[in-house]
Amino acid sequence: MRMLEAAGSGHSAGPLDLSDIFAALYFHIMNYDPQNPEWPERDVFFLSNGHTVPVQYATMAEAGYFPKEELLTLRKFGSRLQGHPERTRLPGLENTSGPLGSGLSQASGYAYTLQYIDKQLHRFVYVITGDGELDEGNIWEAAMFAGKYKLSQLIAFVDRNNIQIDGPTDAVMPLEDLRGKWESFGWHVQEIDGHNIESIIDAVGMAKAITNQPSVIIAHTIPGKGVDFMEYDYHWHGYGKSPDDYVRGLKKLRSLNGKITGEHE
Amino acid sequence: MSHYPLQQNLFGDDVEQEPTRAGFGRGLKAAGEANEAIVALCADLTESTQMSKFKEAFPERFIEIGVAEQNLVTVASGMARAGKIPFTSSYAAFSPGRNWEQIRTTIALNEQPVKIVGSHAGVSVGPDGATHQMLEDIALMRVLPHMVVVAPGDSIEAEKATRAIAENGKPSYIRLAREKTPIFSTNDSPFEIGRAYVLWEGSDISLLGTGTMTYQLLVAAKELQNHGISAEVVHVPTIKPLDEETILRSITKTGRVLTAEEAQINAGFGGVIAELLSEKKPTPLKRIGMQDRFGESGTPNELLDHFGLTGAKIALAAKEFVHTTPQYHREY
Repeated sequence: MRMLEAAGSGHSAGPLDLSDIFAALYFHIMNYDPQNPEWPERDVFFLSNGHTVPVQYATMAEAGYFPKEELLTLRKFGSRLQGHPERTRLPGLENTSGPLGSGLSQASGYAYTLQYIDKQLHRFVYVITGDGELDEGNIWEAAMFAGKYKLSQLIAFVDRNNIQIDGPTDAVMPLEDLRGKWESFGWHVQEIDGHNIESIIDAVGMAKAITNQPSVIIAHTIPGKGVDFMEYDYHWHGYGKSPDDYVRGLKKLRSLNGKITGEHE
Repeated sequence: MSHYPLQQNLFGDDVEQEPTRAGFGRGLKAAGEANEAIVALCADLTESTQMSKFKEAFPERFIEIGVAEQNLVTVASGMARAGKIPFTSSYAAFSPGRNWEQIRTTIALNEQPVKIVGSHAGVSVGPDGATHQMLEDIALMRVLPHMVVVAPGDSIEAEKATRAIAENGKPSYIRLAREKTPIFSTNDSPFEIGRAYVLWEGSDISLLGTGTMTYQLLVAAKELQNHGISAEVVHVPTIKPLDEETILRSITKTGRVLTAEEAQINAGFGGVIAELLSEKKPTPLKRIGMQDRFGESGTPNELLDHFGLTGAKIALAAKEFVHTTPQYHREY
């Protein structure tokens, strides 16, 4: 929140609702070394919905990749913390993303290399996508590819927060039957509460145990989670919200209650 | 005369011919032999893009992607992150045609050494028609920061270019043709990324060619001799980074420039030369190529002739240009 206020712009909903998944990944699940971002034995993390990078930066700072003071340089001229992640700017990033749809493919390429070429079967490849991002055809090309090659070291999270820019995902481009889609592409599917750390960790444990399929964890999240006024405005479960409430609430969320320029206004 | 070794038999009916994509196929296999980090990915066009040789030699390093060009380059980007040197191939119309944004974001901006191979570029694709005759790829790729852009002149050079690109550590694009074209270079001819070569010395006009059009400029230069015009032929296989020094030296000598490409003249090879001239040596320029129009179905020879892309037609255009344009010699 402080980063976004200092920057005066940026995305809020996704980063907030992904915080628990990032905490679980970086502080329990993944094997990595902040002092040696190229450590050849590390697990790798690809962010596909690159606009949510503020939460990745915050997590990396907590993990010791760089000093926490640097977080306030987000989006500023000359900063290593670019508005959307650029691999060459910040050690610890595995890819460059922002335009939606490419991260799952990049992660798949890495996983393919580990499994089939370098035969490093003890390292895992994690990737997070948005749910609106699943509108992109590139995502399904990657899903088909991962299914064909049974990339069992690939573990994907879908941030199922049910919102995208022009409205709820159900209104813009419905995704259900989402589980069925992934299953038909040859993936192992789990659905969890994306705010329950134990569930996140258990799901990854299950995913690691699946050795003949890639895994996707559909994480149900609440956009703006953790921030009182947002979560209160935003505590929905699918249908029932009037379009006006939605627009008003989303404006509040995106602008952090009027403190920053909301993205995509 | 220039020191560039040319084939002895350049102009006979029996001049040796081979598609540039065949040279690429050999070069990729050789690159794979030399460096086990080389991997190859193809979007369902393995035989016609000639990745088949690599696939046969190194099946465990060849990845079939299917008809998914966006996935083609982004999977390659991920493999590059894992330390590989990926070559990706499809027809230029689809790659970089379809997946240009992913190339921009995950390869150019991301600075990964992925090699994009755009085969079947130009009108000489023939009967498939305009949809498959990619003419805009030079423009699309040269405009990306960090991207190296090479259009080899013949199959011997294509093999060398492939080997060089395999080792340059940079995002790179190589443009190949479907049809067999005359071989003008030899095994001893030099090739270095970023270098242009004077093939034929002259004093009245500089004919700058890229890709398989350079051979047509040799034909044109020979024809122009019959009209008392001394044409200098400069081969520019690397469009980016451009060998400004060699090109400006030629232009300073001749004071007239003609460019030739089997592509749109706008923003491509003719474009980069126009930019160079305007800033560093304003000189009258004639751009031979597709004049802001798409191709169409036909035989390769019919199409090349129709669009003025043959040596004979270029000679006519050059003759007209020389007779109507004074040589610009100015000191700057």
